[in-house]
Amino acid sequence: MAWVEVHYNYLLVIILLMTGLWAMIGKNNLIKKCIGMCIFQNAIIMFYISMGAKKGATIPILKHVPGAHGHGPESYISDPTIYANPLTQILMLTAIVVGVATLGMALTLVQKIYREYGTCEEDEILNCMSEEQDHELPLQDELKA
Amino acid sequence: MDQLPILIIVFPLFTAFALTLLGWFRPAVCQPLTVVGLLGSSLSAIATLAQVVNSGPISYHLGGWAPPFGIEYRVDALNAMVLMMVSSVALLVAVYARKPVQKELGGKISNFYTLFILLVTGLLGITITGDAFNLYVLLEIAALTSYALIALGRGRAYMATFNYVILGTVGACFYLLGVGFLLIKTGTLNMVDIGSIVPSLSGSRAILVAFAFLMMGCWLKMALFPFHGWLPNAYTNAPTAVSCLVAPLMTKVSVYVMLRIMFTMYSVDWVFSVITWKPLVMALAVIAILMGSCFALAQRNIKRMLTYLIVAEIGYMVGGAWLGNASGYIGASYHILADGLMTVCLFMVVGSIVYKRGRAHIEDFKGAFSTMPWTMGAFILGALSMIGVPPTCGFFSKWYLLSGAYQSGDYAFGVALLLSSLINAVLFIRIVETAFFSATSDEEPDPHSHQETCYADSPPSMLLPLWASALALLAMGLYSSEIVTRWIQPVIPGGLL
Repeated sequence: MAWVEVHYNYLLVIILLMTGLWAMIGKNNLIKKCIGMCIFQNAIIMFYISMGAKKGATIPILKHVPGAHGHGPESYISDPTIYANPLTQILMLTAIVVGVATLGMALTLVQKIYREYGTCEEDEILNCMSEEQDHELPLQDELKA
Repeated sequence: MDQLPILIIVFPLFTAFALTLLGWFRPAVCQPLTVVGLLGSSLSAIATLAQVVNSGPISYHLGGWAPPFGIEYRVDALNAMVLMMVSSVALLVAVYARKPVQKELGGKISNFYTLFILLVTGLLGITITGDAFNLYVLLEIAALTSYALIALGRGRAYMATFNYVILGTVGACFYLLGVGFLLIKTGTLNMVDIGSIVPSLSGSRAILVAFAFLMMGCWLKMALFPFHGWLPNAYTNAPTAVSCLVAPLMTKVSVYVMLRIMFTMYSVDWVFSVITWKPLVMALAVIAILMGSCFALAQRNIKRMLTYLIVAEIGYMVGGAWLGNASGYIGASYHILADGLMTVCLFMVVGSIVYKRGRAHIEDFKGAFSTMPWTMGAFILGALSMIGVPPTCGFFSKWYLLSGAYQSGDYAFGVALLLSSLINAVLFIRIVETAFFSATSDEEPDPHSHQETCYADSPPSMLLPLWASALALLAMGLYSSEIVTRWIQPVIPGGLL
């Protein structure tokens, strides 16, 4: 139980990762796959943010020493223990941008697929594709004859 | 001269910006501008390689921030070599792309070239960077642009791209998770720095999990056998110019990333002594080679056949890297170059057939020798290299891989290599036979209307890069001992015998 109290953030991340992965692999609807992808990416973002978090720490913006007015290094608190780790937050800023772009790309594709086949269900699309193939082959044979 | 490493990236990146602006008004300048940008990039890459070979690895600090705090570009002979391969293959494809793009993607020329050169920027960035997180960002830049490029194929390509998006994202996310674990344990993102800390953590389970995630990410991206599902559909349905660019480069760069992870971030000792994955990975490699070759045998569409050959070739390189001896390492890194060149050569031939005859099924090769002698001449060279016939480079990479397999006693891998060469021979002889002995086609086209379009060889803008790649295959084979002793020997990680 003590382990859970200290590491509950990792448990949460694992649950989210598995949910996302299951949706991406197991779901039939393409939009649901996109949602799964989004959950998966956000789980990793939470993983990074939680690894940089500290109990009692504040956002990583330099704080004034109480009573100080200047702007030199001596008038800010430089003790790293009171700030959350800024590195992981910076990294995730980039990862969020990447995630948005990927999701946008995936949704655009789903829209194109919907226009092409009139459905977002994967099995129906695959059926359509194999029917197309069946139509194509006899046509070629006719041409040859 | 000390700015050379960054120039490799800056040339294509700024060309991409220029293309976005200029392409709006003048689509005609897009292709020449792309060629100029890539020419600058590949000249810088060649100069960097010369500098590295003469005076050792270069460490370039981006913005003057010293590593491990800033991002470092670290160039040794291995990635200088891959940089040269990527930029020159991209240059060849940019020259080649002119006609097929006009024909297949008429209205989208400027978008195509912008994405094209951004993809090359991403791939070059992956290869040059020495920072694990920077690598993730560039991996995603390359992936996003390749999704968009493959989706230009329309129709079937949409569904293939969607599957690629899902699996590619899972791969990149696994890589990111692995980097996260390493960041927790080591507190750094610089690859060399990670490499110096990992040996002191060799018993840690988190380091092992990180390695598992990093490898899974790479294997998904490079389409190693059980994870190869997305590759054949995506590459087959992509437009000609796109598959010529993506097929030789994406997977090879992922192999390079795997080598970096195994031997720079981790060490020979850790990969082969602390964990005992070697039998498992070797089995995967053997299955990849055999299944890739067998599936290739079953295809009528030659472009699809080539995509399955890529799956087999990935097995060669992964197997070589995991053999755990110097010959295997030489074979794997030499094969990154060799396979990049021969894949681009063969895909260009298939692209020319598609350009002339609309499709590239085996029956479309009928009579190709009499109507397209130059194209088919280059095809013969590419095929010989794929099979592994001496003066071409394919022979030498197989030679090193085989001797590596013999030294470490991985006979299954050696047998798989030989079998796959045999299957390759069958595959290509079948095509050559059709192209040489079968009559052109059953219905003779009207001699007055279409004679020139049907019976001429491909245009010079397609033949020139095709022959450049075919001759490069020969040159790489003839100079293989120089390449190995001057470029690869110095970077063989210590501890590999």
